Amino acid sequence: MSDLNKLGLAEARDALRKGETTSVELTEACLKAIDAADALNAFVHKTPEIAMERAKAADERIKAGGAPSMCGLPVGIKDLFCTKGVPSQAASKILEGFKPEYESTVSQKLADAGSVMLGKLNMDEFAMGSSNETSVYGNAVSPWRRGNDDAQLTPGGSSGGSASAVAADLCLAATGTDTGGSIRQPAAFTGTVGIKPTYGRCSRWGIVAFASSLDQAGPMTKSVRDAAIMLEAMCGHDPKDSTSAELAVPDFEAMLTGDIRGKKIGIPKEYRMDGMPGEIGKLWADGAEMLKAAGAEIVDISLPHTKYALPAYYVIAPAEASSNLARYDGVRYGRRATLEAGDGITEMYEKTRAEGFGHEVQRRVMVGTYVLSAGFYDAYYNRARRVRTLIKKDFEDAFAAGVDAILTPATPSAAFGLGEMTEADPVQMYLNDVFTVTVNLAGLPGVAVPAGLDSQGLPLGLQLIGKPWEEGDLLNTAYALENAAGFVAKPQQWW
Amino acid sequence: MSIDQSTAAKVAKLARIKVEDDALPALADEFNNILGFIEQLNEVDVEGVEPMTSVTPQRLKRRADEVTDGSQQDKVLANAPDAREGFFAVPKVVE
Repeated sequence: MSDLNKLGLAEARDALRKGETTSVELTEACLKAIDAADALNAFVHKTPEIAMERAKAADERIKAGGAPSMCGLPVGIKDLFCTKGVPSQAASKILEGFKPEYESTVSQKLADAGSVMLGKLNMDEFAMGSSNETSVYGNAVSPWRRGNDDAQLTPGGSSGGSASAVAADLCLAATGTDTGGSIRQPAAFTGTVGIKPTYGRCSRWGIVAFASSLDQAGPMTKSVRDAAIMLEAMCGHDPKDSTSAELAVPDFEAMLTGDIRGKKIGIPKEYRMDGMPGEIGKLWADGAEMLKAAGAEIVDISLPHTKYALPAYYVIAPAEASSNLARYDGVRYGRRATLEAGDGITEMYEKTRAEGFGHEVQRRVMVGTYVLSAGFYDAYYNRARRVRTLIKKDFEDAFAAGVDAILTPATPSAAFGLGEMTEADPVQMYLNDVFTVTVNLAGLPGVAVPAGLDSQGLPLGLQLIGKPWEEGDLLNTAYALENAAGFVAKPQQWW
Repeated sequence: MSIDQSTAAKVAKLARIKVEDDALPALADEFNNILGFIEQLNEVDVEGVEPMTSVTPQRLKRRADEVTDGSQQDKVLANAPDAREGFFAVPKVVE
């Protein structure tokens, strides 16, 4: 078989079962593709030795029979996941040289299922960003271009390296994490599939914490079926994460029937933003038509507090980040600033954090510090948490009225150019997450599905939002949408 | 609510991030920009609404209060920028 790195998880699994290829061959094809793709800056720590060792073990396990679906399949791991003995920096200078003595639960589960880790993937520093431009490793670059224009585009963020690597076929799939849209926005920008599961589905243990009440891991893949396969391997109860749900993990792949007859799909009117590009509006309407043609009932719904989701997020997420990132003090791990004679412990903290954190991270830590400080806690933080209750209730009301899933655009535009937003104020960048952030605040599962190309030939995605713990049903609706949209475009190789 | 330079300096101090004096005006502007965006929350009627503590209606699980782990001093210290004689080392804290 040729171009093994271009396979998806399901195809590769089936080929392995039939003996048409081996994990070693799949892994070698990916490692070769990775080495030829340094221009994308997607893989920032390559682990070929670990990969080959695991591939050989996987081939033995497959030969013995009864291996799980993920066995032998080469994947990339976002740098936010702690991986034992392998640099895990959250794309931050402050974690320079950090090699965890332990493995995150999610990456351990993937390893236990026999999957092959190819290396660590670029991202925004501490997952704070929507364009992968805040990384200490430099920008990750999208494999997509606007026609023949050679301007470099963002793969989105914060899981930009994951999205770029999957879209460019450097790996079969990758892990991502999503605090406000960091799986779904990059998936939409790169024509890939990304699902953020219900809060509590995937253990957060060993994933560098950003905003603990919002963070969730999920798969980024080439198809909905692949997302179902990989999500199943990633989730499940973990005693080491007290918010991890004690629920059985269904066979998500078996739930992909493509039959959505009688399902009620809500179209929230508040997501029709002022100034929404015509192409996004048309994509959304087309998506609704496709689901209708597949037998679903399309209903207009209202989620009245949508407008307040981003401002609430930009209180809650920085507040939690300021607390979580207090641990980077130059004492226990990572990098300590060089001190001058006479510097005490306070100077050490202040210099270490000023040197180690990038601009966006510093800004968010300080905003979080401010909204939690005496005198402002009620006005900002508690008010934002009350608004969050109302945002969640909006969704609960829609589901109580019989809606099975909600269809929205995934992003307000196609991918923009790297550097194009540099002069914009931070709030403009935050608007990228306008359609995705509500889902984190409400703790719901959400999936981005590629649905079309814009006039410049760039991918556009739609988002489906599901009921809590019903990722299987949500993925089935996504599968029906994927089948109807028939998205097959791939970026032309220039790297 | 507008943030002036002295408030910006106070926040930086609380966050233990060194900010040079000449960077304070720009920092204050950025704060004001973001806080201006956040001010929209004041339009929402939150009377009688509980602040969310947990997005899923579950009680945090508790475990028995017993030792389950330990004796990993080498591993704990392995990533420290400065570790000596089995301890984390820091600049002098008390005179």
